[in-house]
Amino acid sequence: MLSESIQEARRQLEICNACRYCEGYCSVFPAVHSRRAFDDVTVTHLANLCHNCRGCYYACQYTEPHEFALNLPAALANVRQQSWQDYTWPISLSRAFHRSGVAIVLATIAGLIVLMLAIHQLGSWQGEGFYGVLSHNAMVSIFLPAFLLPILVIAVSIRKYWRASHAGHTRGAAITETISSAATMNNLAGGHGEGCNFEDEDRYSNTRRWMHQATLYGFLLCFASTSVAILMHYFLNMPAPYPLFSLPKLFGVSGGLLLCAGTAGLAYLKLKADRNLGAASAWGGEMGFVLLLFVVSASGLALYGFGDTAALQALLVIHLGAVFAFFLLMPYTKMMHGFFRLAALLKDRNERLSRST
Amino acid sequence: MQQHDIVIIGGGNAALCAAITAAENGASVLILESAPKPYRGGNSRHTRNFRCMHEAPVSVLVDAYSEQEYFEDLLKVTGGNTDEELARLAIRESQNCLPWMQAHGVHFQPSLSGTLSLARTNAFFLGGGKSLVNAYYRLAESLGVEVRYEAPVTHVEIEGSQVIRVDFDYQGEACSVSPKAVVVASGGFQADREWLARAWGPSAKNFLIRGTPFNRGVVLKDLLDQGIQSVGDPTQCHAVAIDGRAPLYDGGIVTRLDCVPFSIVVNKNAERFYNEGEDVWPKRYAIWGRLVANQPDQVGYVIIDSKSLELFMPSVFPPTVADSIEELAEKLELPAAKLQQTISEFNNACAEGKFHPTELDGLSTTGLEPPKTNWARPICDPPFYGYTLRPGVTFTYLGFKVDKNARVQGAEAPMENLWAAGETMAGSILGQGYLAGFGMTIGTVFGRIAGREASNHVK
Ligand SMILES: Cc1cc2nc3c(=O)[nH]c(=O)nc-3n(C[C@H](O)[C@H](O)[C@H](O)COP(=O)(O)OP(=O)(O)OC[C@H]3O[C@@H](n4cnc5c(N)ncnc54)[C@H](O)[C@@H]3O)c2cc1C
Ligand code: SF4
Ligand code: SF4
Repeated sequence: MLSESIQEARRQLEICNACRYCEGYCSVFPAVHSRRAFDDVTVTHLANLCHNCRGCYYACQYTEPHEFALNLPAALANVRQQSWQDYTWPISLSRAFHRSGVAIVLATIAGLIVLMLAIHQLGSWQGEGFYGVLSHNAMVSIFLPAFLLPILVIAVSIRKYWRASHAGHTRGAAITETISSAATMNNLAGGHGEGCNFEDEDRYSNTRRWMHQATLYGFLLCFASTSVAILMHYFLNMPAPYPLFSLPKLFGVSGGLLLCAGTAGLAYLKLKADRNLGAASAWGGEMGFVLLLFVVSASGLALYGFGDTAALQALLVIHLGAVFAFFLLMPYTKMMHGFFRLAALLKDRNERLSRST
Repeated sequence: MQQHDIVIIGGGNAALCAAITAAENGASVLILESAPKPYRGGNSRHTRNFRCMHEAPVSVLVDAYSEQEYFEDLLKVTGGNTDEELARLAIRESQNCLPWMQAHGVHFQPSLSGTLSLARTNAFFLGGGKSLVNAYYRLAESLGVEVRYEAPVTHVEIEGSQVIRVDFDYQGEACSVSPKAVVVASGGFQADREWLARAWGPSAKNFLIRGTPFNRGVVLKDLLDQGIQSVGDPTQCHAVAIDGRAPLYDGGIVTRLDCVPFSIVVNKNAERFYNEGEDVWPKRYAIWGRLVANQPDQVGYVIIDSKSLELFMPSVFPPTVADSIEELAEKLELPAAKLQQTISEFNNACAEGKFHPTELDGLSTTGLEPPKTNWARPICDPPFYGYTLRPGVTFTYLGFKVDKNARVQGAEAPMENLWAAGETMAGSILGQGYLAGFGMTIGTVFGRIAGREASNHVK
């Protein structure tokens, strides 16, 4: 399967290399044009460099019904999807969740049940706020492994991918450039700043870029909120709940709002976009993942808004269950694209720096 | 059907520039495009840049490119066969085109890797001609221009110096409209292979058409038959040598082969027939279409060895590979003994010297006929590679004679309500030869003029 999609992407990349009209859209084309041949590793690298902005599809004079049948965004998306699946252990899990939104929903429901059981069995019914539902220690004993194990799996995958991709010597400049490229998502700007061709055929729009940034920064703020809370808990002896004007709350609420808006936006765009220009077989899995993130953020916000009402327990179950599922699914869902993308961007910067010196 | 002020025949660059200009000037416009939507945009969808005069660096263009230098470049390629007034008009107006195009949704990019020689003179479209065409369609529709796809015009009825009716097919029905003004922008006739064969001779059946299959010259012929004046040599077409495996139509840019200067080229009898190293490739690629067209069966074979494989831009089809000349001959179906003889004669005529792939290095054969006067290195390091070559037609030269207002010239007098733009009148400026990027310049300049004149006429 992998070799088939790589084969197809290679066929298309060779045509692009003879054409070069799309050079200015993104980082993929300069990387293509600096080569003459595309081995499997290179195709996978280029696939992970592609942000699926689709500019090169609508601009292409060789799309179907032309016999060259160019559809580079889809060809690269298929390779990319496959690479996340194939570099991650165990493959059977990653195949299942990458492709199926239903599997993600089921896993989330399973997460809810685990949480309900945990509360039933370990429920503390003492302490304040949500620790009144589930004690701090019980939470830690559930979430620490549920967080660390996936991180370990991801680390192993990325290491494998990085090694396989012969990414070259990394200089400091490459790292800063990679971070800035990821932070600004300049590859979604279309080369001219007007954005990509996603939700309305060849019309350029920055909506997807903004929505993706809201999602990314929302996620990072939520993550920061949790991290700060952990530090405050252990080192400052300041357990939750926190007042509104505290770092965990400020990060958490603003992050939750951003994440909520960003994921809702991405899901909406995904509904409007042409499925055949992405990895069509993974559409459900990708949608499931975006919606799971939405549930995580929306339930988190709800918990903040209605945490002192009778709904607390139900909301807590939903939120923690979704977070639990999200953590465990990280290595097996679209979440992986972020890590592979960073690796590909870094390799690309390494190459550019060595080309220019 | 709603009556439009202006009907524009064709849906490429020239047509769209005319439509947008006319609509912005308040006219109601109908575009009749014979292609279905995925193939809209004619040859314009295959382009990559346009040639643009400029006094100082602007947008993606470096340095300066003056009117005089531009005009001299044009004189060189046309051998003086040009209308100076129209040519200078196109050149001068090209500098206004760039900002106009940007304001109308076209994005530019620096010259593509491998095309550095054009960085000063030609502005490249980001995404190529299809993205330009897409931007124009989107804008035209937002201005209220109505577009009909799969609507080939079959006849334009003329009475005196007026167009009185335009006939076209649409959704299986024969339709007619009687607009106040008409702009023809429907390209040349190169996709009509029978016409090509009548003009060029029977060998034209082996020509490939690099661009759209929809430019069949229907309206051109129809109007010329009604006494409209023509310019341009009716027997000539612009043809380059392309990969023989290219599709019959629409193969576009990726079928070009840039390896001739580093090769020897033989015909089907394994004989060389022209100096492969006469000049740098951008100055010679356009003559090879004709050279190959004059060989038996209109086919050529480029042969290189491993030394040269990475010296030129990759092309879409992989070369035929062999470890010996004999094997290569067999795979290319060439007479093996003769090929070996041709290659060893060539190799023996090569001299020692410094090889320089990107400039005229004077590394020439001695005592060989025809000679190879640059980049002559023996073909001796396996593996050996071969490509077939066929003539690939870009466009035909026959077109309408227009004046500086793009007005079409009737039998007796200028037409009152008929204008032409783009390839279909390019013969007014390009009598022969071709200057890379000039086709889009002519289309943009005269498309805008035609749109302006037609919309002023209907006011
Ligand atoms: C492969 C290739 C690459 C090229 N690259 C460049 C380049 O980089 N720069 C450059 O300047 N030039 C280039 N050219 C030349 C350039 O394409 C033309 O000069 C230019 O596109 C002409 O524009 P146009 O609008 O006159 O014709 P076209 O773009 O060909 O449009 C003609 C339109 O008329 C329609 N049509 C035809 N007959 C009818 C009918 N009976 N009824 C209704 N509609 C009809 C066609 O469907 C088409 O939409 C290239 C050509 C080719 C083939
Ligand atoms: S996607 Fe199409 S237009 Fe773009 S470089 Fe590839 S072949 Fe050319
Ligand atoms: S889809 Fe966008 S990011 Fe991907 S290769 Fe095409 S232009 Fe580049």
